[in-house]
Amino acid sequence: MMRRMGRTAGHALAGLALVLGTSAGLAKAKDEKTAPAPAWNENPYPSTYRAYPGEPVAIVGATVFDGAGGRIDNGTVLVADGKVQAIGDAALAVPATYRRIDGAGKFVTPGVIDIHSHLGVYPSPGVDAHQDGNEMTSPTTPQVWAEHSVWPQDPGFSRALANGGVTTLQILPGSANLIGGRSVVLKNVPSRTVQGMKFPDAPYGMKMACGENPKRVYGAKGQMPSTRMGNFAVDRQTWIKAAEYKRKRDAGKLEERDLGMETLADVLAGKILVQNHCYRADEMAFVIDMAREFGYKVSAFHHAAEAYKIGDLLKQNDICAAVWADWWGFKMEAFDGIPENAALLQDAGVCVIIHSDDDYGIQRLNQEAAKAQGDGRRIGIAIPDEQVVRWFTLNPAKALGIDAKTGSLAAGKMGDVVLWNANPLSVYARPEKVWVDGALLYDSLDPKRRPVSDFELGLPGEGDVK
Amino acid sequence: MIARRIRRGAVALLAATVAMPALAQTQAPADWAIVNARVAVGDGSAPIENGVVVARGGKIVAAGAGVAVPAGVRVIDAGGKWVTPGLVIAVTDLGLVDVGAVSESNDDDADKAVFNAALDVSVAIDPDAPPVAVSRAGGVTRAAVAPVAGNAIFAGQGAVIDLAASADPVTRARAFQYVELGERGASLAGGSRVAAQALLRNALREARELDRRAGLSAPGVAGGDPRMVQSVQGQATDTLLTRFDAAALVPVVTGRQPLYVHVDRAADIRATLALKREFPALRLIVVGAAEGWRVAGELAAAHVPVIATALTDLPGRFETLAATQSNIGRMKKAGVKVAIGNFYDGEQPRYAPQYAGNLVGVARVPGATGLTWGEALAAITSVPAEIIGEGDHFGSLKPGRAADVVVWDGDPLEVTSGVVAVYVDGVAQSLVNHQTRLRDRYRHPQEGSLPKAYQ
Repeated sequence: MMRRMGRTAGHALAGLALVLGTSAGLAKAKDEKTAPAPAWNENPYPSTYRAYPGEPVAIVGATVFDGAGGRIDNGTVLVADGKVQAIGDAALAVPATYRRIDGAGKFVTPGVIDIHSHLGVYPSPGVDAHQDGNEMTSPTTPQVWAEHSVWPQDPGFSRALANGGVTTLQILPGSANLIGGRSVVLKNVPSRTVQGMKFPDAPYGMKMACGENPKRVYGAKGQMPSTRMGNFAVDRQTWIKAAEYKRKRDAGKLEERDLGMETLADVLAGKILVQNHCYRADEMAFVIDMAREFGYKVSAFHHAAEAYKIGDLLKQNDICAAVWADWWGFKMEAFDGIPENAALLQDAGVCVIIHSDDDYGIQRLNQEAAKAQGDGRRIGIAIPDEQVVRWFTLNPAKALGIDAKTGSLAAGKMGDVVLWNANPLSVYARPEKVWVDGALLYDSLDPKRRPVSDFELGLPGEGDVK
Repeated sequence: MIARRIRRGAVALLAATVAMPALAQTQAPADWAIVNARVAVGDGSAPIENGVVVARGGKIVAAGAGVAVPAGVRVIDAGGKWVTPGLVIAVTDLGLVDVGAVSESNDDDADKAVFNAALDVSVAIDPDAPPVAVSRAGGVTRAAVAPVAGNAIFAGQGAVIDLAASADPVTRARAFQYVELGERGASLAGGSRVAAQALLRNALREARELDRRAGLSAPGVAGGDPRMVQSVQGQATDTLLTRFDAAALVPVVTGRQPLYVHVDRAADIRATLALKREFPALRLIVVGAAEGWRVAGELAAAHVPVIATALTDLPGRFETLAATQSNIGRMKKAGVKVAIGNFYDGEQPRYAPQYAGNLVGVARVPGATGLTWGEALAAITSVPAEIIGEGDHFGSLKPGRAADVVVWDGDPLEVTSGVVAVYVDGVAQSLVNHQTRLRDRYRHPQEGSLPKAYQ
């Protein structure tokens, strides 16, 4: 965060204040002569998530994909006190206090991370009363926060855990709006409240969208934008206002808070990461220029169906491409999607992420990555398994700004771990056990370690294998 | 393009022997024998090592181990690769849609149409629709194409097609009628399942009445299309259906044309099975059946086959509360004939092997019920072929079936595997499509001495 901020913040002092969770904010705060006091709470809905208890475990004898591109055959993974303590080969000593889990013939990866999910904001059942993902009343709604729409009882969370090994996910507003609002990063733990799922200290993201969706939604209402040029005009006009807001805020001259402008100013300050839905290569190239024009950075292009056409540009600008393996042709801007997208991007040195955008796809990110691996191999791009695993672990962690905490199996990182019953890049593999911060939250061998949401209680299928 | 791939070493020996003829466009079926293959017949049996598949005149002559290669046929060495029947997709919008969200390119539903049951997709199937070529390259050789209900519970009549690169995809028109009787049907009928059930009964009653008055079910009438009977006879005065729609339902109510009923919840499946008491001739096929496992015994006893989705495990609607990935496995175990199906829009037909493979994976999860490998392959080949009434014509490598054959570079149900060659009726098919052309153009994204458009 500091690094990003240093590049974009107007001056160092403002940046420091932001990092400390304070703000030079409203005009009246300016009167205080010494360090400006926080004019408002910058974290009003703080995470209340605490790791659940877990016993020290040693997974021994498994093939370990560490998420960072490393592979250890006959490896050992030590997890205790909620953290990865060590990973190594068979020579790594297992302390006597650890419960040994035989991993022979099995595989270990970091917990799977989905950078693009609408679980909770478009939950199951998908009835009208649950359509909380798109605030389709204005083309720019930076003031909305996805967390206020998330329904923690969405049964989809449990399926993502049990079938997909997903331990962390970003919930985004939908793509009806050019600027859809703030995202929230969650640990995939059942909870009574959304705060109880919030990933501690994860930076916020902000959803933006190019292309067909915003212009269709607002064009149909007879308002701007109704074209792609309208999309960019509204975006740019909004950034001009945001820059002015930020200038006043940095100078302590704000007269009134504006929730939307606050989010946008924090994007310009590098505090909030832009997650940009954008299919077409030509539009991504314009977004890259627009980000430069206003001094922000795009963290990842999502649904980047045509990213393979501009791998060089994405690499130069250090932007990740979050893609499906082979979704294709369902809309005009997906017509040039190809199954070799991920492999071509990897070959071009781009940060590749496999994402879902789907309550079923999130159950199989590992398989989607494997499909893309196979499609690469057939055009002569051989990508080792341990690199492919990175597409759904460390790379999304990086684009979410949480890669120092999770996304790989390194000592001191969160104990987010999946033990797979076979190579996760096989269609036949399923999670056998999933730990979140060292707590065993799914065990296929133990029906008591299978979460059931409130919604499913007393209804047909409660507690069934899913 | 193929040659360049070979130089990179991505495609092994097989490419030289199998992929090259795949470049040839539609031709008369050649006689050939694929040897040194891992052959899966598609009938539920396990794969056969070092197998041989022999085709003559577009039909399978023999497949298995120890099959002699007849003299005079071209021999194709599979180099140990996998050979299966072509995939059979039931039901799908393939051939009706270019791009799903581009409505003007999309013929799958007609929500402002005058007709419903009379709609007949066979007249609009486009073999050049881009998803056809993409599906063919994914190993799909046959499909049952169904319309989507747009303005009434009856979607209309579906067709059986092949995916050969040819001008005549339809192999059987008006193969079935499709009706919605779950939540969607309730909405289309005016707001409730009660209304949908009444509409259905009235429609079948009107069809029966029309048939009684006009004799539409007599053999050979109007070339098998009772809609086209020229007669002033037959229309009662209190009809709700147009004559064209009522005539289209005569083959349904008389049992000459199957009725595909889309229902998911257990109660709706029971209500569907109960229709047989009032309309004994109905040939029912249940589509969807997300809660089919809860009524599996009743489905099996009624001998009603099911076309289900493989991996529905969310209560996405109140009619799918009990959805589980064990659904197909449990139905199969109870004796239901069940295929993996329902491929519309984003659910591309080429995903069928992945779904089948997942059910093999499900079988390895404690407490879950899946399929064996052989059963899983059958669920996307011979079983859907049987359910759509084509089991004697295609869907397996048994003698006499169409020589629809796919060669794979690995386990066909495995996500990392891909298609090397596709034959339909014995004819090698092109695997080139919009996606493969883009892939080859952008192997390296930088423009050269001329823009990409010249490449």
